[in-house]
Amino acid sequence: MSNIKSTNEFVIKFANVNGSGSASANQMFAKGVFRSGVPVSPKNIFPSNIQGLPTWFEVRVSEKGYLGRREGVDIVVAMNPQSYNQDLMELNSGGYLLYDSSWKRDFKRSDINVIEIPLTKLCVEEFSNPKQRLLFKNIVYVGALSYLLNMDKEIYEILIKEQFKGKEKLIDPNVKALNLGYDYARENLKEICEIKIETSDKTKGMILTSGNDASGLGCVYGGATVCAWYPITPSTSLAEAFTDYSEKLRVEEETNKNKYAIIQAEDELAAVGMAIGANWNGARGFTATSGPGISLMSEFIGLAYFAEVPLVLFDIQRGGPSTGMPTRTQQSDVLSCAYASHGDTKHVLLIPSDPKECFEFAAEAFDLADRIQTPVIVLSDLDLGMNDWTCPEFKWDDTKSFDKGKVLHAKDLEEIENFGRYLDVDGDGIPYRTYPGAHPEKGAYFTRGTSHDEYAKYTEDGVVNARNLSRLLKKYQTASELVPNPIFKQETNTSSIGVIYYGSTEASMQEALDLLHEEGVILDAMRLRAFPFNLEVWEFIEDHDLLFIVEQNRDGQMRTLIMAEGGIIPDKLVSVLCFDGQPITADFISNKISSHLTGSPSKTAVGGK
Amino acid sequence: MTYIVKPKNHHPDLEKNELGLTRRDYEGSISSLCAGCGHDSISAAILEACFELSLSAHNVAKLSGIGCSSKAPAYFLNQSHGFNSVHGRMPSVATGANLANHEMLYLGISGDGDTASIGIGQFVHAARRQLNVVYVVENNGTYGLTKGQFSATNDLESKSKYGEDNLFPSIDLAAMAIQLGASFVARSFSGDKEQLVPLLKAAMKHKGFSFLDIISPCVTFNNHGTSTKSYDFIREHNESVSRPDFVPLGKEITTSYEEGQSVQVPLHDGSLISLEKLSKDFDPSNKASSLAKINKAEEEGKVLTGLLYINTESKDLKETLNVVDKPLNQLNEKDLCPGAEKLQAINKDLC
Repeated sequence: MSNIKSTNEFVIKFANVNGSGSASANQMFAKGVFRSGVPVSPKNIFPSNIQGLPTWFEVRVSEKGYLGRREGVDIVVAMNPQSYNQDLMELNSGGYLLYDSSWKRDFKRSDINVIEIPLTKLCVEEFSNPKQRLLFKNIVYVGALSYLLNMDKEIYEILIKEQFKGKEKLIDPNVKALNLGYDYARENLKEICEIKIETSDKTKGMILTSGNDASGLGCVYGGATVCAWYPITPSTSLAEAFTDYSEKLRVEEETNKNKYAIIQAEDELAAVGMAIGANWNGARGFTATSGPGISLMSEFIGLAYFAEVPLVLFDIQRGGPSTGMPTRTQQSDVLSCAYASHGDTKHVLLIPSDPKECFEFAAEAFDLADRIQTPVIVLSDLDLGMNDWTCPEFKWDDTKSFDKGKVLHAKDLEEIENFGRYLDVDGDGIPYRTYPGAHPEKGAYFTRGTSHDEYAKYTEDGVVNARNLSRLLKKYQTASELVPNPIFKQETNTSSIGVIYYGSTEASMQEALDLLHEEGVILDAMRLRAFPFNLEVWEFIEDHDLLFIVEQNRDGQMRTLIMAEGGIIPDKLVSVLCFDGQPITADFISNKISSHLTGSPSKTAVGGK
Repeated sequence: MTYIVKPKNHHPDLEKNELGLTRRDYEGSISSLCAGCGHDSISAAILEACFELSLSAHNVAKLSGIGCSSKAPAYFLNQSHGFNSVHGRMPSVATGANLANHEMLYLGISGDGDTASIGIGQFVHAARRQLNVVYVVENNGTYGLTKGQFSATNDLESKSKYGEDNLFPSIDLAAMAIQLGASFVARSFSGDKEQLVPLLKAAMKHKGFSFLDIISPCVTFNNHGTSTKSYDFIREHNESVSRPDFVPLGKEITTSYEEGQSVQVPLHDGSLISLEKLSKDFDPSNKASSLAKINKAEEEGKVLTGLLYINTESKDLKETLNVVDKPLNQLNEKDLCPGAEKLQAINKDLC
C-alpha cells in the first residue's frame, strides 16, 4: 500500500452526528487552512433535521485554486458510527481514517491508514462538565489535525480567541482542548500522515464567506430598506445576514433607530407582497426564498411584471421538485423563475457564481429593478449560498450613486403636460413612474394587475392591451442591454466546440477545462450571468458548431431557455447534467464531455453520478 | 352603472373645507358597480370623511385586493395613488407601502371574500402586527363579481337568492379583529352615513390597525327576503352600541349628553371620538366586554354596530420595528450605503 502523499492538494471529510456542535469546529479547521494561505472550499452536507442524523463537512484544500467539489476523500474524520461504512467506502486507497478509538474497531480495509485517537476518553479525563466533554471532542480533533498536517497551531489559538471574543471564559477550555489533541498526536502519531499543509500566499486579497452572507451585505450596500421573508432552507441565512449587517451598519446614531425594516412574514405570498408594496412606494424592498417560495410567489411576480413595480427576489435553489431535497443543491428553478406566473411573463435573472458576485449582483439588482421597473431574480443555489467560498474581497466605488430609474418628482410633474404611467416616452419600453404623494394634483395613477392603457386606466380593448404587451416585450429587449455580460474563459474563440455554464458550476469548470486540455480537448467556455441573453451570448452560440451546456438539473433548463429564446437547433446543444444534489465536480464534467466527443452513443451526457 | 361622464365644472358656491377644496375635489371615476350597491355609499362616506378632515388626497394611498369591493378605490380620491393588487393580498402590499413611508394615510379596501376567505391569513397578521392602516371590509356576504356564491361571512341561516342553504357558519370579522389585537374595531352599515362617517374619521386619525366591518348589501345577489345582509334585514336588526361623533383637534364638543351617558376617547393627534352610550353594559376599551356584547347580539339575531373596541395606547408596526422617523423611501446613498472604508473592514473580518 502506498500512502497518499500531498502538500496543499487534498480533500478531508468530517463525518459527524448533526446537533453535536461539530459545524463550528469544522469551520474553524477550514479557516485555519485559509489563514495558512491555502485556498479552501468547505462544504456542509447536512440533513433536513436538527439532531441525530449523519452530517458531513467536506473540505477541499487546493493551492492551485480548484475549489469545486472533487470525488474521493483523502482524509476522513469519522465521528459517526452510523456512517462508518459509507465513509470508509469513499476513502481513497492510501488515505487516512481518523476515528474516536475510545471504542476500538476493525475497519476491514487494508489499503488505508487508520489513525486512532481516544477522543472521548481524553475529554472525559480532562473535562468534568458533560456538555464540554461532548463538544470538545470536535476541538480535540482539530488540534490533532493541526499536528498531523504540520500546521501552525497558533493559527487555531488565535481563531479560538476571535470566535469567543466577548465570552472570554470559553477561550481557555477551548485552547486546552486544542492542545489536548495536538499533544496527543505529537506523542503518539508521529510521521503517520503524509498529507501536509505548507504555508502559502494564495489567499492574499481573498476572503472566506458564503454567498448568502455576501448577498445580505450587498442588499445593505444596494440601499435595501425593507426585507420581508419567510423561513426556508437554504435562503434563511440571507435574510439573517441582512439583519446582522443592518444592525451593525444601519442604526441611526443619534436616535438608535433603524434605517431599515425587516419582517418575518406569515408566508411567502405575504413576503413578496410586502416587498412589492415597499418598491411601489419608492423604497427598495426585497425577499429571499427557495423554489417552493417561488411557486407560492408566482401570482405576485406576475403582478409586479404587469403593473411594472420594481422587485428584487433571491432564489437560493435547492433540490426539487416539490419539497425535494431541501438541504441539497440544484439549479432547477431556471425556467420557473425566467417565466414565473401565468400569462406572458419574462423576468430578469442575475446568476452569480461566487460570493463576490453575490455581493455585487445583490446591490446591482436594486438598480436594475428600479431602472427596468420589473422583478429581478438573483438566482443562487444552496452550494453557493450556504457554504463558505474562497473568493476575491469585496470592492465598492464610493462615487457610485443609486440609480432609481425613471421617477418623476413634484418639480418634473409641474413641467409635464401629459403624464401617462405606461407611456413609452423614450422608445425603450420603459415608462416613467411617480411615487405616491408626489404632487397634490399631478401624477397620481391606479396601479392594477388588470389590463390597462397608457394612462393606467382599466381597459378591455384588446388592441390597447396587445400594444401594452408589445411594449413590455420591447422593455425586455432593453433589459438585455442592461444586464451583466457573460464571462469568457478565452480572449478569442479557438475551437468549434464550446461549453456554456452558469452559477456555482464555475468552481469546477476551470479544473474540468484543464482536465480536458490534458486529454487534448480544447473548448471555448462562456459563463452566463444573466437573462435575458444579450448579443454576446448569441454570438458565442452562433460561432460554435457544438455546445455543451453544463447544468445542475435533470431537464437541461438553461438549454431549453436558449432554444426557446434564440430558436437554436436542439442538435447543436448537448446537455451535461448533474442532479444528485451534490455540487457538480470537474471529473464529472470532463468525463461526460470527453465520452461524448469520443463517440458515446448518447446524445445527451446525462447522469446522477 | 351609469356611463355619463361627470362634468368638470361645478357650482362656485359649493362648500369648501380648510384646504379650500370642495367635495368634488375628492371624487374618483364613475362607479361601475350596480345601481344601489352598498359599496358606492361607502365610497361616498369615505369621500365625506376625507373632505371633512381636510385631508390632502395625495397623501392618501388606496389599496385593495380583488372583487367588487376592491374596485371601489377607483371611485373616490382621484388625486391619490391607488393599488389594486391580487386577491386577498392587500394587507401585505399595504404593509410594504407603509414601511416605505409611514407619513401617508393608507386606506385598505377589501371585501368579505377577499378578507374572510382567500386573504384571511394576511388579515390576521396585519391586525396582529398593528399595521397603521384603515382596513375596510365592504361586507355583503356574497361573491358578487363571480355571481352570487356564498362567502364566509354569510350567516348560517341566510339562504341564497336561488333558495340554496348555506352549510357553514359565518366568520365575525370584527370579533376576530378584537381577538387579534386590532386597536380600533368598528362595525357599521353602508346605509347609516351618520354613524359611518364619524367612525371613518376616527379610524383615519387612529394610529394602529383600524378595522371597519361595514355591512354593505349586494343589491344583485344578496338583498332578498331570506338574506341576513339585505337592506331590510340590517335596518330591522341593527343594534348600535353608541352614537359616535368625531371632534377634530381644537374643536369643542357641542352636543350635550346626559351625565354618564357619554365617553370621550382622545385620538393620536389630539382629536376626540365622542361616544353617546346607547347601551349601559358596554365599555369599548375592554376587550372582554366588547366580545361579550358581540356574542350576545349574535344570539339575539341582531347586528351590533358602532365603535366596538378601541385602545389608543398600543404601538404600531413602525414603532415596534423601531424604524427611523424619516420615511425609508426618502433615505439616500449617504443614509444607507456604508461605503468603501467600512467594506474594507468587513473584508478584514472575513479573512
